[in-house]
Amino acid sequence: MSKKTYRQAINEALAQEMRRDPTVIFMGEDNVGGMGAPGEDDAWGGVLGVTKGLMPEFGRERCLDTPISESAFIGAAVGAAATGLRPVAELMFVDFMGVCFDQIFNQAAKFRYMFGGKAVTPVVIRTMYGAGFRAASQHSQCLYPLFTHIPGLKVVMPSSPYEAKGLLTQAIRDDDPVIFFEHKVLYDDEEEVPDDPYTLPFGEANLTREGDDVAIVTLGRMVKLSNEVADKLEGDGISCTVVDLRTTSPLDEDTIIECAEETGRVVVVDEANPRCSMATDISALITQNAFGALKSPIKMVTAPHTPPPFAPELEDIYIPTPAKIEAAVREVVAYSREVVA
Amino acid sequence: MTRIAEFAVEYIQFLDPAGKPTQDIPPHLAEAEAITPMYRLMALTRTFDAKAIALQRTGQLGTYASSLGQEAIGAAVGLAMRQDDVLVPSYREQAAQFARGVTLEELFLYWSGDERGSRYSGPQFDFPISIPIATQSCHAVGAAAAIKLRGEPRVVVEGCGDGATSKGDFYESLNLAGVWHLPVVFVVSNNQWAISVPRSRQSGAKTLAQKAFAGGFEGVQVDGNDPVAVRFAMDNALERARSGGGPTLVEAVTYRLQDHTTADDASRYRDAEEVETAKQSDPMIRTRRYLESLQAWGDEDEAALKEECGRRVQEAVEAYLATPPEPPEAMFDSLYAELPGALTGQRAEAIKENSDG
Ligand SMILES: Cc1ncc(C[n+]2csc(CCOP(=O)(O)OP(=O)(O)O)c2C)c(N)n1
Ligand SMILES: [Mg+2]
Repeated sequence: MSKKTYRQAINEALAQEMRRDPTVIFMGEDNVGGMGAPGEDDAWGGVLGVTKGLMPEFGRERCLDTPISESAFIGAAVGAAATGLRPVAELMFVDFMGVCFDQIFNQAAKFRYMFGGKAVTPVVIRTMYGAGFRAASQHSQCLYPLFTHIPGLKVVMPSSPYEAKGLLTQAIRDDDPVIFFEHKVLYDDEEEVPDDPYTLPFGEANLTREGDDVAIVTLGRMVKLSNEVADKLEGDGISCTVVDLRTTSPLDEDTIIECAEETGRVVVVDEANPRCSMATDISALITQNAFGALKSPIKMVTAPHTPPPFAPELEDIYIPTPAKIEAAVREVVAYSREVVA
Repeated sequence: MTRIAEFAVEYIQFLDPAGKPTQDIPPHLAEAEAITPMYRLMALTRTFDAKAIALQRTGQLGTYASSLGQEAIGAAVGLAMRQDDVLVPSYREQAAQFARGVTLEELFLYWSGDERGSRYSGPQFDFPISIPIATQSCHAVGAAAAIKLRGEPRVVVEGCGDGATSKGDFYESLNLAGVWHLPVVFVVSNNQWAISVPRSRQSGAKTLAQKAFAGGFEGVQVDGNDPVAVRFAMDNALERARSGGGPTLVEAVTYRLQDHTTADDASRYRDAEEVETAKQSDPMIRTRRYLESLQAWGDEDEAALKEECGRRVQEAVEAYLATPPEPPEAMFDSLYAELPGALTGQRAEAIKENSDG
């Protein structure tokens, strides 16, 4: 056990899996960098330094810098996966996923199915998402609902360094295509993370807080904000369960329904835009399966239906905040009191 | 065996790094009247650039992409174009944008995260800066198709980097432009780096200019630090496009003297010596030396130009800093032609939240 950042946890999972399994390789734009002159090689490790230090150990054969050719290298990763490698491809920003979407939703997602179960495609696509970096509309989106919509893909949303290491290790060992979403604001977050390799299961949500009054169902960076709110409200006598989905596909429907039934009040916190999102999906799941247990309408805390704004002042309004989550929790609690009275 | 096609890439340079002509310069480009406007624009861009970096370092501007060392390309491209031509720029073409009439204040606003900075008061048909790499090459093709359809004598100029030429969007655009025989010029600023990936790992092709051949048109490589060479190539390409001769690709060879952006530290991945060597090919030096050799420029001119650039940039900074931030409803108001009713509630909420603090 030692303190590791989200960045280090991802780096360590990659390094350990590359040591363990020679078929694991990684590729992406600026993953290594440099001209090859002494001192300059591998001084980089991606725009956010995630792959730094790996090239000297594993060599340029397994640590590949790609040209700016997303369709070609994501497609190549899919092809290499179908022929015996376990590529971890980095698509710098999820916003650019459109460039290579065919390779993901028509190819990677459907290889196994359309080859009668014969093709195995153990590819991982790591990508950065989320607002908060003053990086404008084309570098800040939360596009995980698009991938969750596609059968055949697995979609992973690590919420902390511990989660990131365990989930990435699982993603690399998994025999299906996995889209691994890293929130750019979390990279410097730090917590205790085991030094040895470990996996965290897909499709099993994690309760980061347990309480009786309200279930906050959330994912990714919003888990951290929801935990803060839960801790604060504990002092005010409102006890919250916080459900970290961990993966949106597969989705742990049972835990979501159970927590809704146990508390009767649900707030869904999702940084993505509100239409056709995890927030709407989870709300529908709960109303279909736990309607009788609900003491108040489900509240969604999401970004508005606009692109992430470039301007700092506007971006701050755009992103869900602890204050908004708290207001929503208080609202569902107040609602039930009215009904009882 | 029969040879059925042959291709050759020309390299054009008129001024060497010391400002000495390497060959006869066509008379209309040889004179001070042709060179001085480019030099002035390069100086203005460089002053803007230094100020933008200083503002970013002091928290008064967002992440910024410098064009240090690449000013000759923008200056020559921008001044070669006619006002009703269309520029479809990447983020490193400040000089071309200024030449087109984009204001300093607008670009400061843009880099501060204010979308109003892309609502250019000058050029009405130029596109805003494209950040997703090479996507603008497709837009340029579309704009050129529209111009061709209307039978107008206008040309679209697209700008991008060396890294951008690896993208499918770029190749597909060249193909479309070639097969439709469109009035478009692709200008590739080959600054040797795409963030941390060097040109040698970007493409196995000897030149980027030769990518044009697969599209069915001419590609030419020029010394991008020589404004005369860039201007010469642009004049030819624009004339060809305007007269129905179809597209051209101009690869302008230059060097990115600064970090990729202010969020980058290039010293971690590239050799300091390489940068030092590149500084000797600085476009400002050779242009000034050449003007001096014509007896058309001296220390007084230089001092006056410095003063003027400094003043203009300072005025723009003041105007930019005095601009009130966009109101919260701006998020909604530029989104659709008319805001759908379903969003009016969200808009009101954003305003309310903002005023609640
Ligand atoms: C489609 C896409 N992929 C990746 C990026 C991230 N990115 C931003 S700038 C850049 C390098 C561009 O290099 P080049 O085309 O040579 O232009 P330069 O920055 O050198 O002017 C990359 C990879 C992006 N913006 N868009
Ligand atoms: Mg470049």
